[in-house]
Amino acid sequence: MSTIISHHFGNPQAIDIGWYQSQGGYKALEGALKKDPSHLIETVKASGLRGRGGAGFPTGLKWSFVPQNTGKPIYMCVNADEGEPGTFKDREILTWDPHLLIEGMIISCFALRSNVSYIYIRGEYRYEASRFEQALKQAKEKGFVGKNILGSGFDLDIHVHMGAGAYICGEETSLLNSLEGKRGYPRLKPPFPAVEGLFQCPTIVNNVETLANIPFIVSQGPEAFRKFGTEKAPGTRLFAISGHVSKPGVYERNIDINLLSLIEEAGGMLGGKKLKAVIPGGASSAVLKADECNIAMDFDSLAAAGSMGGSGAVIVMDETTCMVRALRILTDFFAHESCGQCTPCREGSAWIAKVIRRVEAGQGTSAELDMLFDITDNMKGKTVCVFSDATAAPVESFITKFRSEFEAKVKTSSVAVEGGRVLGSQKILPTVV
Amino acid sequence: MITFSEQSEKQFQDIVSRYPRKDAALLPVLWLAQHEFSVLTPEVRAYVAQKLDVSLARVESVISFYTMYNTGQYGTCHVQVCRNISCQLRGGQEVLSAIEQELGIKAGQTTEDGRYTLSAVECMGACGGAPAMQINLDPYIENLTPEKAQEEIRKVKREHNH
Ligand SMILES: Cc1cc2nc3c(=O)[nH]c(=O)nc-3n(C[C@H](O)[C@H](O)[C@H](O)COP(=O)(O)O)c2cc1C
Ligand code: SF4
Ligand code: FES
Repeated sequence: MSTIISHHFGNPQAIDIGWYQSQGGYKALEGALKKDPSHLIETVKASGLRGRGGAGFPTGLKWSFVPQNTGKPIYMCVNADEGEPGTFKDREILTWDPHLLIEGMIISCFALRSNVSYIYIRGEYRYEASRFEQALKQAKEKGFVGKNILGSGFDLDIHVHMGAGAYICGEETSLLNSLEGKRGYPRLKPPFPAVEGLFQCPTIVNNVETLANIPFIVSQGPEAFRKFGTEKAPGTRLFAISGHVSKPGVYERNIDINLLSLIEEAGGMLGGKKLKAVIPGGASSAVLKADECNIAMDFDSLAAAGSMGGSGAVIVMDETTCMVRALRILTDFFAHESCGQCTPCREGSAWIAKVIRRVEAGQGTSAELDMLFDITDNMKGKTVCVFSDATAAPVESFITKFRSEFEAKVKTSSVAVEGGRVLGSQKILPTVV
Repeated sequence: MITFSEQSEKQFQDIVSRYPRKDAALLPVLWLAQHEFSVLTPEVRAYVAQKLDVSLARVESVISFYTMYNTGQYGTCHVQVCRNISCQLRGGQEVLSAIEQELGIKAGQTTEDGRYTLSAVECMGACGGAPAMQINLDPYIENLTPEKAQEEIRKVKREHNH
């Protein structure tokens, strides 16, 4: 199938602006600068593009919330924090096609009348950031970024801001605090960033992949974009597939591709083993049992099945996977990454992790498994950000759908839990989770 | 008294100019300081606070929120091995054990000579190349096996020994 975003992945030439331009690069920008900014927002709205960072919120609609004429600057922030376990797709864009992202950023800033844009890149992506900076330097030299871009009178500065190791900074308001040089605590909403965000000014936060769609949408038009995907979720997605498949990697496919076909495209199950379960949208999404995997991957189909499209991270697990251990890895993660601001989240995530560790060690009880649902009940809809809700999703879905495995552990296991940060015991399950 | 080198001072000015408020530059300035001084010692922290006109408490509180700032808890060579799910599904635990063996320390520990720190970290965004690790801020090393991981560590040891 044809692609919108990934056609230059793996091609070492694409970082060179001359080559990128020879492929029609920055032509979308030239066209966009001749249009009225509000017309561009209407175009993005008409395309039906929804955010690829996790929540799937309609991008054009979000942009239209930005009040113009407040006299304050408008900021556009790009979320390249990519920390959701299983997610590694924005890294591909930063590495292989940074010009596509930069072009998308410039067009988006022009549409929003924003003259300053920050891209927040997770601290570990130092190499990826250097690729982006290399491309940015070329774009500045060519006059695509800076003052009076292509004679349009539009000015734009783009700055890279490196994170420093905190998953929560991917949450958009936490990201804004981190950009302001603070601890990455999420903010209470409202006010929403579109009205009061960075430095108390109107701010849009968008995911890398979301913005990489913009050049196609404004140059080819919303109808061309709508040829991909569904009515309510047009376009493609960069599915990041990992775990027990033969060819893990990033695959750009129609957003509504069937999950089983997607697994086939990724080379099928590793070693021909049987599928057991899939986490379809990153660690924060509810797990699907094998018999639930005959499903379209768009936001709405996954939501109807009680899970979510999330970040597009597809984690595939085969029949040998121990679901108790898999959940323990996730609950350790959430306990480690809670920012600690809200009591239900801070205490709940730590408590859950402790219980799951006990269960894995064969020291848990069946009653404790039930108690976990009381804890998760108290974590949902009660906190500053949805991290707390995201912790509940894997816990509830794993235990509900694989209850017998948890029960079996409760009665028989004798694995010793090591203290501290080392994971589990390697003695019992040598090769896989 | 410590001060930035001439080049770092220039970078400092450039960084500060990117933000409408000076204190917003705290994260990148801490990175800059860590790059120049390796460790964010109390003296470096005080220097950064003074350069940005923020309280020392603010600097300390920000540093402690993030895992990548080094106040001395990490050795000169920080080996970070992913412990999250996709890596664990592909043998990440065995890779971690192999590295523990090679370095003679457990995850979360530093060798006695202060050179190597081993950390089991959360998802690095390399799940397609699982299991993965990162040494300091170098490009990721992916598709590890226990043998390949030990070989990488030995390579680093050789580099560090002269
Ligand atoms: C705990 C948490 C972590 C998040 N991490 C990321 C992330 O790493 N990258 C990202 O783009 N969005 C992340 N998000 C979603 C952002 O809050 C925000 O919705 C998104 O960046 C908006 O961009 P989009 O509309 O283009 O998707 C996270 C959300 C939460 C609650
Ligand atoms: S829900 Fe959790 S992560 Fe979000 S602000 Fe509250 S404590 Fe922090
Ligand atoms: S789980 Fe190891 S890099 Fe993502």
